[in-house]
Amino acid sequence: MLLKRLTDACGMPGGEGEVREIILEEIKKYVDDIKIDRLGNIIATKNGKPGYPKVMIAAHMDEVGLMVKSIDEGGFIKFAQAGGLDERILVSKPVLVGKNKIQGVIGAKAIHLQEKDERETPLKTKQLYIDIGAKSKEDTEKLVKLGDYVAFDSEYVEFGNNLVKAKALDDRAGCAALIETLKHEYNVTIVAAFTVQEEIGLRGATVAAYNINPDIALVLEGTLCSDVSNVPEHSYITKLGNGPAISLMDSRTIFPKNLAKRIFDLAVKNGVDIQYRLPSPGGNDAGAIHTIREGVPCAAISVPCRYIHSPASVMSKDDFEGLKKVVKLFLEDIKEGEYIRD
Amino acid sequence: MINRDLLKRLLETFGPSGNEETIREVIRQEIKDYADEIKVDALGNLIAIKRGNGKKIMVASHMDEIGIMVTNIDENGFLRFTNIGGVSPFTALYQRVMFADGTMGVVGMEKLDEMKDLALNKMFIDIGACSKEEAMKKVNVGDAACFYTPYVQNDDYIMAKALDDRIGCYVTIEALKALKDCPNEVYFVFTVQEEVGLRGAKTAAYGIDPDMGIAIDVTLTGDTPKAKTMDVKMGKGTAIKIKDNSVLAHPTVKNLMIETAKENNIPYQLEILEGGGTDSGAIHLTKSGVPSGVISVPCRYVHSPSEMVSVKDVKSSIELLVKVLEK
Repeated sequence: MLLKRLTDACGMPGGEGEVREIILEEIKKYVDDIKIDRLGNIIATKNGKPGYPKVMIAAHMDEVGLMVKSIDEGGFIKFAQAGGLDERILVSKPVLVGKNKIQGVIGAKAIHLQEKDERETPLKTKQLYIDIGAKSKEDTEKLVKLGDYVAFDSEYVEFGNNLVKAKALDDRAGCAALIETLKHEYNVTIVAAFTVQEEIGLRGATVAAYNINPDIALVLEGTLCSDVSNVPEHSYITKLGNGPAISLMDSRTIFPKNLAKRIFDLAVKNGVDIQYRLPSPGGNDAGAIHTIREGVPCAAISVPCRYIHSPASVMSKDDFEGLKKVVKLFLEDIKEGEYIRD
Repeated sequence: MINRDLLKRLLETFGPSGNEETIREVIRQEIKDYADEIKVDALGNLIAIKRGNGKKIMVASHMDEIGIMVTNIDENGFLRFTNIGGVSPFTALYQRVMFADGTMGVVGMEKLDEMKDLALNKMFIDIGACSKEEAMKKVNVGDAACFYTPYVQNDDYIMAKALDDRIGCYVTIEALKALKDCPNEVYFVFTVQEEVGLRGAKTAAYGIDPDMGIAIDVTLTGDTPKAKTMDVKMGKGTAIKIKDNSVLAHPTVKNLMIETAKENNIPYQLEILEGGGTDSGAIHLTKSGVPSGVISVPCRYVHSPSEMVSVKDVKSSIELLVKVLEK
């Protein structure tokens, strides 16, 4: 299954190779041209009819994770963050280190040995280490190099009411939806950008958008969903199972209202569940795309993901199916000449 | 002479970042007879061109103002909201807000044990609705509102919300009207989304690719009781920027401004702003780089319902901009 293969694959910011290979293999039959740019973005073009606009659709390949920073005398690995992680969730998580996916676990001093104030404050990254079961520094160095990426070891699992638990749903869900989108035929020209380094500052999308120079852009994402215990309703951002979420505003973009509303109304008209993603912090590739060159009208449609940026993010398969439907509906709704700049 | 009618329209018109349609129309109507060409770009920047054979100069003042966006409407018709740009919970409390259609509301807060716990997520907007259904007849999630305070002026000062940066728009409009024999090609740009990160100026500058950039914006002052030290005073003339957090004014532009002020006996002061930024921050990094500077209007109480500028400083800012463009 595509989403399982994508989320089980590892691709930290700057090390997206494994994910890129899966995507290239998946899309090659369905597009007219494929390029990999100098930062590592996949730029795949599917030609439409003349007179219709060029639509950039972006989904980022990278996920949050860790990077090997040093190896101590005992063979334990100290690490840095690659992308925004809540360091309180790190302790005791199984991880995979480097290209060969060496198994390890993030360790810390046992609770029995901690002083009172240590027990009361969450552990910081500098107090944690990765244990790969090595006997010494030399032993670890045979398997691990400085700069190796570290991914969470967390399998794709389906559970509950049509839900999925996996790592990296942000944004492999978007990648999977984009791949599926490319399998249909449209009047518009689609330039799919599977971007790199979103999690560390929208870097891939910046150069991809400059290069593509689109008339209009869509960003497919996994986004915040905190419809959970102890959160007041006005802080939910999105609700799981209520359909894909259209962005209004985040830290990096104020989305054009007419475009967001057009997509929202189109979904409603066609009986597809849809919701607005409530204005809140965070940002996605739209932040880079909408201010490139002379500016690009941009919409972001996301699958709500609980526990995002953790080894166990959770999404609804219904919302994922909804995302694919909404994107297809919108692409088919774009008329000749629309959004084309003079 | 200050055009009070124009000022009132600029200062009381709705236009939070991303919602500049109404204020853009006000400005477009005001300038349409003075520009050779007017266009609006993909992000909504209003660009008025005065043709000439000389250098391409971009003059930028931002149309947008800080405001709020509705994030949730509860069963009793109260609206939760988030900030658009730099909104302090303490200045927002009990202010009136105005939506695009004229719907008015007031900002209230939950019961708090200590005032220092005040935060936007503990606050709400009351539009006098009794239920969610009633509220949703007027307001929807995603709607933006600006703060609402009528403008006040006497011969010495102007007091209003959104002087940041409608006073810059005013200076730019008056300069466009006053510009007679200009050897340069001037792009007067009324930018969008400055308050959320200089976004409009970035795309406008890319499209124009100017030889020089000049932003017109407000700056802070250091002249109120126990203020943070800053050598800018309200009423002491237009301020020529040396630096802020977004830009170091280019020496040629800065010196051109200083020389022009001296030659024409225009009162000016030099400005070093610790913190903050303006559209020149985005303009000067466009393509291969654009020498850029800033003409600032000294302004007290920035981002409050009662920002204050001196009429004299507004006049000297207009005069300096006109003389610089004619040079």
